[in-house]
Amino acid sequence: MNLLKLFGKKSFPHGIHPDEYKAETNAKITRRLPFAPEIIVPLAQSIGLPAKAIVFRGQHVARGEVIAEADGFMSVPIHAPVTGTIKEIDIASTAKGGKQPAIIITTSLSSGQRVHDSGECNDFLQMSREELVKAVQNTGLVGLGGAAFPTHVKMAIPDNRSIHTVLVNGCECEPFLTTDHRVMLEKIDNLILGIRIAMRTVDAPKAVIGIEDNKLNVLTAIKPYLPDDGTITIEAVETKYPQGAEKMLAYSLLGIEIPSGGLPSEVGLAVFNVATLAELGALLPAKQGLIERIITITGDGVKKPGNYLAPIGTPVRFLLEFAEFIGDEAELILGGPMMGMPTRSLDVPITKGTGALLVLDKRATKRDDILPCIKCTQCLQACPINLNPSELGLLAAKRQYDVMEEQYHLNDCFECGCCSYVCPSNIPLVQYFRIAKTLNRERHLQDG
Amino acid sequence: MAKHDLKIDIRTSPYIRKAPTVAQIMRNVVYALLPLVFYSVYHFGISALALILITTLSCIATEQFFCWMSHKKSTINDFSAVITGLLLAMTLPPGFPLWMGAVAGFTAIAMGKTLFGGLGFNVFNPALVGRAFIQAAFPVSITTWTPALATDRFVEFIPSTLALPFMKPLPTAEWSVQVAIDGFTGATPLALMKFQGIITDSYDLFLGNTAGSTGETSTLLILVCGAYLVYKKMLDWRIPAAVIIGTVISAELFYFIDPAKYPSPAFMLLSGGLMFAAVFMASDMVASPVTPLGIFVFGCLVGFLTVIIRLFGGLTEAVMYAILFGNAATPIIETYTQPRIYGARKKPQDKS
Repeated sequence: MNLLKLFGKKSFPHGIHPDEYKAETNAKITRRLPFAPEIIVPLAQSIGLPAKAIVFRGQHVARGEVIAEADGFMSVPIHAPVTGTIKEIDIASTAKGGKQPAIIITTSLSSGQRVHDSGECNDFLQMSREELVKAVQNTGLVGLGGAAFPTHVKMAIPDNRSIHTVLVNGCECEPFLTTDHRVMLEKIDNLILGIRIAMRTVDAPKAVIGIEDNKLNVLTAIKPYLPDDGTITIEAVETKYPQGAEKMLAYSLLGIEIPSGGLPSEVGLAVFNVATLAELGALLPAKQGLIERIITITGDGVKKPGNYLAPIGTPVRFLLEFAEFIGDEAELILGGPMMGMPTRSLDVPITKGTGALLVLDKRATKRDDILPCIKCTQCLQACPINLNPSELGLLAAKRQYDVMEEQYHLNDCFECGCCSYVCPSNIPLVQYFRIAKTLNRERHLQDG
Repeated sequence: MAKHDLKIDIRTSPYIRKAPTVAQIMRNVVYALLPLVFYSVYHFGISALALILITTLSCIATEQFFCWMSHKKSTINDFSAVITGLLLAMTLPPGFPLWMGAVAGFTAIAMGKTLFGGLGFNVFNPALVGRAFIQAAFPVSITTWTPALATDRFVEFIPSTLALPFMKPLPTAEWSVQVAIDGFTGATPLALMKFQGIITDSYDLFLGNTAGSTGETSTLLILVCGAYLVYKKMLDWRIPAAVIIGTVISAELFYFIDPAKYPSPAFMLLSGGLMFAAVFMASDMVASPVTPLGIFVFGCLVGFLTVIIRLFGGLTEAVMYAILFGNAATPIIETYTQPRIYGARKKPQDKS
């Protein structure tokens, strides 16, 4: 029973209310960053198979030209983020950890960096659903909210399912992040067009934009652009972490639960991030590819926090210099403070899924001793999907990873980190769960 | 920014946290217990004060001793031993011999906590383990009650308090009659109910103007202190609530059957330290269930058992045994009350 619903505030049970830290950047207009002298484009930037490079060393590429093509359906092509020369195709450090194949481009200084124009365009109103899915794949779009799931795969709905609502996720519940917020204020035309394309592609009669009620200026900004027939609406939900998880938003807005282990399409939903659809609206009609994205650079460790439009593949070092990095010891995170990835090196590039570069001061993240679980139930009251993190944590400490999966729904955990956030004993619960999931996956592979 | 002078610390998310530490939680429980301590010292005088100090020090010393024995970092700074000591003292009669109090403190920490692996691993509430032990070891002393608000309570110890180790305490009956303001029977409201059929007035019980254990007396104060902890989010209000619900329903059932024979729910609720036990004992985080339904089941079970033991058992210390039983049942309660997860399917194999 969700008490908040009684008072008319749309939300989901449990979750946490972290400090937002959004005020520093949410009113700052997106600024375009200059091109870094060298751009590193990893071939694996999304979930699914990595793209296959189709360029060679020394080749001149124009900005927006395809430099790596999709390897099958579960893969997206990559477009050149800058005009320049291919320096080499080699392995390079990435935010995911180890080194991975990447195309390294030396930016041309003499070129005007105009986007490569094929002279063609897509008239999406004349296209069939299959053609649209293919066209979406050609844009190289993946979920820009962080998961980097290929957008066209989400849009390819199996024939036996029908979609009643497109959920447009504008919650941006992670503290510090303001990219989606800026997109919803600055690119409303593209967003609405993108929503229409998505609705057409998945054959959905309506779409709902869900925003957290800390972004109410978006509500007033977008309302005039909405069609009169009521097919696209916008609604505010409670500001709470992790409201932006698709499972939570589906429940908050529509009261629908996405079944455990299933896809949203099973219950007639298709969920997309606002930034993704805004890019879709810009790219698909012009038959272009994804070459840049908005990224929030913020935290105690930068002097010029803000929202920047940066070419994909820009190295973190370049971004940090631009945002006037200060301090000698800092914690660099690609993404938000709750679910972001730590960086291993300053030479890692931002990729399609990187929404933020966060420089947290050491003090904000000081390490404390891990104490035994005192069963205070805080984690149970924080877990948005009602797991029992306390018991899972005890099992993880005993390495009973199979029991965690079979009896305590380990695989339903989407690693939002609420349990670790509230634990008085400093138990790194979600970190344990990640290890458990990885080891289980390996075990299943071995078992066949 | 020089090129290679950055030291980067690698960890995985989340990078921010906001939670009180274990020590902060425990310290706040101690703060919440302090008004009760003051009130009981006001009520029973220096004997109560000495008893509280002795059990607390005994608990701390025992914890320190075992940490030292097992070459572990001292854990007394987490304040959990202090809580055990305070809780233990609150359940003892104010004139309880001090040396027995020290034994109780030792047993509570040694057998109730360290034996299981320390804080977080104890199956039972340590304070109650200590009390259960001395209940069996010193049955007379633990049921010898002395009157509250005795005239010279701030200058004179209750005779039994200062009994030498391994010596029988002096009888207090005569002393009690001398110092009592009005007719003192030497029995707690529960004993009066059980053995003499006298029901004490609920209003007196609520304010604590009765004989009883050091800390069980004022329901009002217990509720205020508990409310402070609930406000600080350091006490799970669902546990006391469930205990109260369980008690009221069970007592109401019997009262409904035969009001002449069985006491009213109000009496059950306000007597015999039930409130203290519900708010501070049953709510021991470690030994109670974590699942929402489990918490409710646990609380109701404790309430129900309390009523049954009080009405049909041979002893009056029903709450203690009810909670210990509830603690023991906690793992099995948890097994059967795992929460329903978001998006749960009807059958686990029903995956498309």
